[in-house]
Amino acid sequence: MPTKLLKWSWLAVAASLLLAATSPAQITSYEEKDRLNTESHIGKYAGHAQNAAADYRRYCVGCHGELGDGNGEVAQWIDPKPRDFTLGIFKCRSTPTGTLPTDEDLFNTIARGLDRSNMPIWNVFTKQQRADLVAWVKHFSPRFQKEKPGTPIEIPAEPEVTPERVKAGQEVFGRVQCWKCHGVEGMANGPSASTLTDDLNRPILPYNFTDGSRPKCGSTDQDIYRIFMTGLDGTPMPSFSDNIKPDEAWDLVFYLRTLQPHNTFNSKERQIAKQLGLKPVNPNAPTQ
Amino acid sequence: MKSQYVRKLAAILPAVVLVGTGAVLLSQKVNAAGGGSITGTVKLSGTAPHMKGIDMSKDPVCSKAHESNPAKMENVLVGSGDGLQNVVLYISQGLTGNEPVPSQEPTFDQKGCMYSPHVLVLNVDQKFKVITGDQTTHNIHPLPSPTAGNIGWNKSQPPGAPPIETSWKNEEVAIPVKCNIHPWMHGYFVVVKGPYATTDDKGSYTIQNVPAGSYTVTAWQEDLGTQTAKVTVAAGSAAKADFTFKGK
Repeated sequence: MPTKLLKWSWLAVAASLLLAATSPAQITSYEEKDRLNTESHIGKYAGHAQNAAADYRRYCVGCHGELGDGNGEVAQWIDPKPRDFTLGIFKCRSTPTGTLPTDEDLFNTIARGLDRSNMPIWNVFTKQQRADLVAWVKHFSPRFQKEKPGTPIEIPAEPEVTPERVKAGQEVFGRVQCWKCHGVEGMANGPSASTLTDDLNRPILPYNFTDGSRPKCGSTDQDIYRIFMTGLDGTPMPSFSDNIKPDEAWDLVFYLRTLQPHNTFNSKERQIAKQLGLKPVNPNAPTQ
Repeated sequence: MKSQYVRKLAAILPAVVLVGTGAVLLSQKVNAAGGGSITGTVKLSGTAPHMKGIDMSKDPVCSKAHESNPAKMENVLVGSGDGLQNVVLYISQGLTGNEPVPSQEPTFDQKGCMYSPHVLVLNVDQKFKVITGDQTTHNIHPLPSPTAGNIGWNKSQPPGAPPIETSWKNEEVAIPVKCNIHPWMHGYFVVVKGPYATTDDKGSYTIQNVPAGSYTVTAWQEDLGTQTAKVTVAAGSAAKADFTFKGK
């Protein structure tokens, strides 16, 4: 009996030593197992993190890294840097600034890719694979275990483009001073453009409307509406939803279209701008 | 008949007001007697670091606001008698954890493209307002540490924008805040629990409403770090804690 007790007490000492060695910052294997149960739900697709492990290892790990912290093998060579999933901060969201994106936001980002970065268009995945990868991306951040995604901002139905709306959009552009970074002609050459840094203090460029590239979070009218209303978290681009009303937001979308090079989806806005003889906003105009 | 009532009312009203004010005054006195305070000064020894001037010429609205009084960085502000300004003092040990959250709502102002105050102390869950009177667009971009549990955001405030009312959920010393449009603009939110104070331009401070007890007081300065001191507060009296930071 005493020998048995001795044996057990040794075990207890060993166990407590083991426990003490695990720092609170480390993920315990228990927590890891828990997180592997992370799910995603996009329409009829239900994604499961554990099903995405192989795809992640094959296609994503090189940049985003084994731990999802953006420190993959090739991360040092590329700019902009890969996303650190552990922070739970994402550029392309339908949800307000400071909130988590919806599963659908992440699902769309994977398929869309991020223009002018090393993140390609991943539309080769099946929707099921993408849904699984969304769950996998979520499993890296403790935020997804504790918080719910924000409520997506409402986008009213797109109105008809009219000369009045384009003009009103230009007034919004001048009032909220988009030109401070993007420039009066949308050429990414505003007075603050050269000093912009992201949340990790790395230099970052504002979007250039005139060079024919796609906005990072999508190029449809709805995408552009969403971009300036939610802001791109992690970057200098703030949310304007407190200062631009929904109707004005559509006006601004139409005006921004006039800055982009001619293509099929903005021919109407360009035509209106030409007819109106729109000149760039005056950055020195007094504000009220 | 009616005028008699009016006259009676006129006689009673001042009495009611007097008694009411008396009661309010008395209750304040009782509060002050129940709680002590911690007071002292924070000084800098050695040479004060040079605070660079700020070139605001990229935004005429900002540079115009400082035409007569050129703007300088505010990381280390030394006033008369080597007093250090904007040092935050809070109780880091000894509180019960049941301290009420102050109901007053401080403001964080964007004034002449600088933050005023440069450092804003708050309690967990204490509401505050971010305001602007500048005729230029700012973006307010707090950057909490990913481990403290506070969540960052990034909102614009064009001229005439309404205040942003918000609060912080977790203790954090300190959350940097910046404006990406005006890269020189930076400040801090310091989120603590319990009573706190910030030093004035002479480096003096008083933490009010401290219940009697033994505490550790921490002084935090954004560039010079933290210092602590142990104090014992007796009911209704002021304990003293002075700090000296070494210039780098």
